Amino acid sequence: MHSVVCIKQVPDSAQIRVHPVTNTIMRQGVPAIVNPYDLFALEEALRLKDQLGGTVTVLSMGPPMAEAALRKCLAFGADDAILVSDRAFAGSDTLATSFALAATIRKIQENMPVDLIFTGKQTIDGDTAQVGPGIAKRLDFQLLTYASKIVAVSPAEKRITVERRAEGGVQVLETRLPCLITMLEGTNEMRFGDMADLFRAARTPVKVWDREAAGIDDPGSVGLKGSPTVVSKVFAPKPRAKRAEIVETADNDPAGLAVTLLAKVFTQHPKLDRELTKTVG
Amino acid sequence: MAEKFDVIVVGAGMAGNAAAYTCAKAGLSVLQLERGETPGSKNVQGAILYADAIEKIIPDFRDDAPLERHLIEQRVWILDDDSCVGSTYRSEEFNRRPYNRYTIIRAHFDQWFSKKVQHAGAMVICEATVEELLLDGKRVIGVRTDRKGGEIHADCVILADGANSVLARKAGFRPELDPKDMALAVKEIHFLPQETIESRFSIGEDEGVVIEMAGKVTAGMMGTAFLYTNKESITLGVGCMLSDFKRQTVTPYELLDRMKRHPAIAPLIEGSDMKEYAAHLIPEGGYDAVPQVYGDGWLIAGDAGQFVNGLHREGSNLAMTTGMLAAQTVIELKAAGKACTAPNLSAYKAKLDDSFVMKDLKKYRRAPAIFHKNPQFFTTYPELLSKAAQTLIRVDGVDKRTKERQIRQTFVARRSWWGLISDAFKFWRAVESK
Repeated sequence: MHSVVCIKQVPDSAQIRVHPVTNTIMRQGVPAIVNPYDLFALEEALRLKDQLGGTVTVLSMGPPMAEAALRKCLAFGADDAILVSDRAFAGSDTLATSFALAATIRKIQENMPVDLIFTGKQTIDGDTAQVGPGIAKRLDFQLLTYASKIVAVSPAEKRITVERRAEGGVQVLETRLPCLITMLEGTNEMRFGDMADLFRAARTPVKVWDREAAGIDDPGSVGLKGSPTVVSKVFAPKPRAKRAEIVETADNDPAGLAVTLLAKVFTQHPKLDRELTKTVG
Repeated sequence: MAEKFDVIVVGAGMAGNAAAYTCAKAGLSVLQLERGETPGSKNVQGAILYADAIEKIIPDFRDDAPLERHLIEQRVWILDDDSCVGSTYRSEEFNRRPYNRYTIIRAHFDQWFSKKVQHAGAMVICEATVEELLLDGKRVIGVRTDRKGGEIHADCVILADGANSVLARKAGFRPELDPKDMALAVKEIHFLPQETIESRFSIGEDEGVVIEMAGKVTAGMMGTAFLYTNKESITLGVGCMLSDFKRQTVTPYELLDRMKRHPAIAPLIEGSDMKEYAAHLIPEGGYDAVPQVYGDGWLIAGDAGQFVNGLHREGSNLAMTTGMLAAQTVIELKAAGKACTAPNLSAYKAKLDDSFVMKDLKKYRRAPAIFHKNPQFFTTYPELLSKAAQTLIRVDGVDKRTKERQIRQTFVARRSWWGLISDAFKFWRAVESK
């Protein structure tokens, strides 16, 4: 089994602010992390490796500093790490990114065929959920999105069964390999790598591939030139004028609290009060 | 089969980095273990970098180290509640290369230092906490981390695990820490535009100012406060002895908030954006608090060894120097084909005694005890000084001779003649004795 896990280094969105005047994203001093959704994908790939053996390769496209994110994945237990990094990739949207990653995976397959590609369901900085499906389409892989559980994988029969969370229930889906899976959050818990993993990570160099090494001949197909998406405006939502009110509970008295809360609701919404009185008569 | 190295360095602070770098540069196989997410993520300092110490380890550090400003001006302020008496030393000498002291931001500096360590050939592993030392009888043969399969062997372990010195305590190499030997410091980094900082402090690009403060700012506790200019930010903080915090009701952050409201300080940070706050223990017990620093298979460097000169606000340079000396001791033993036994490693103590580290600590040996016993230096005197300055400077028709008498009288009323003489003697003993 050879799994490729696509990860992205993202700014910790919990700490990002939009500049009130210029409306640009202020990234200064915001720590870079591995996109949290991608960690569920990585853990799932590592679990498959524990079960069936094989190799887990982590792949990322980004600036040189993204190497830190890949190092982290190695320390979790991945075997190999590839960073595709080139100035030509700057400004890539999801179309250009999936093009570049698909090309890279084709290159990876020249050495070792890929059975599964994992991605997180989306990134926390882009929130598009488009790159995974884009890669699957370009490589002609089967696509299973929002997978919540991998039920079974049979390398011999080249089949995979997953559970997928969908509106109104859980779907059990089966398809053939090779396949790309986007993993849903909360499906597993990232392991705490062994000391041996840390040593291996420290000794494994992250491979850095430029555009040509990634097998992309036309610079116009990636980066800003290969990206039809235009961000026309970024703005921060207006802060809410109304603040939540904290109501103190006295002496653990739920009945009293209910009365207080109802009184507050009715004072704030006199119309509701009138209508209710009318209905009750 | 456990991994084996010549040296394991625990911690990626100034001492740990100095030790790991020096060992790796000399060709030893080095593993540096750090519990934080990145090297430096747990480290807190004011911070001033003393060029001399780092220069001895990385002579060309100025080429690429992230330095904020070189210091050209030193102010010392004694603060009362709403006034300050101070002195300033500013010199163009400090504006000539090579510069002597710099402000730094540790988060940036430590990343740089760690890269140097890694380029020198040391293996640096983060997010692995060393939980205990592996012992064979009394001899340290390695460490055990919190990771599964975490046993790692080494000929020598350099403990640079910081102020709490957890490993040495666990192994019984040193007694528990005493609150009277530890200071607790809190600090904040406030961002301001570069031009604002430069105009507020009358400094040019890259030039910096240090303000060291004492007096009411510590609310009667033994301690000091500081304010440093960085490129686009101001660092300020206050630290007092832990034993004093235990007795007082004031919390460290309250102290810092009060300091920020002081009329001499508030205008300096006005309009700034606080971006970072941190707290840390500083070992300030001085010479007598330095524990046993070597044994079979182990050495202690940096804050873990209590190497801090509290009076002169020096710590990182002592940390780097002790880290470097620890490394040199191991390198020399390795070169001579000798084992890292306690008698052989005692060369480290000799190196320390011969360096400014122990000489300075010894010079101020009595200072901690004297200041602990005489809180008037942090309470009464700042007030008296401020009153004296007020009386002298205010022009109100009172003749100068009467003013001088009034000042004398307030001093005598608060401390008595004998008290004043005795205080002067104590102060002299604290800073001048050895």
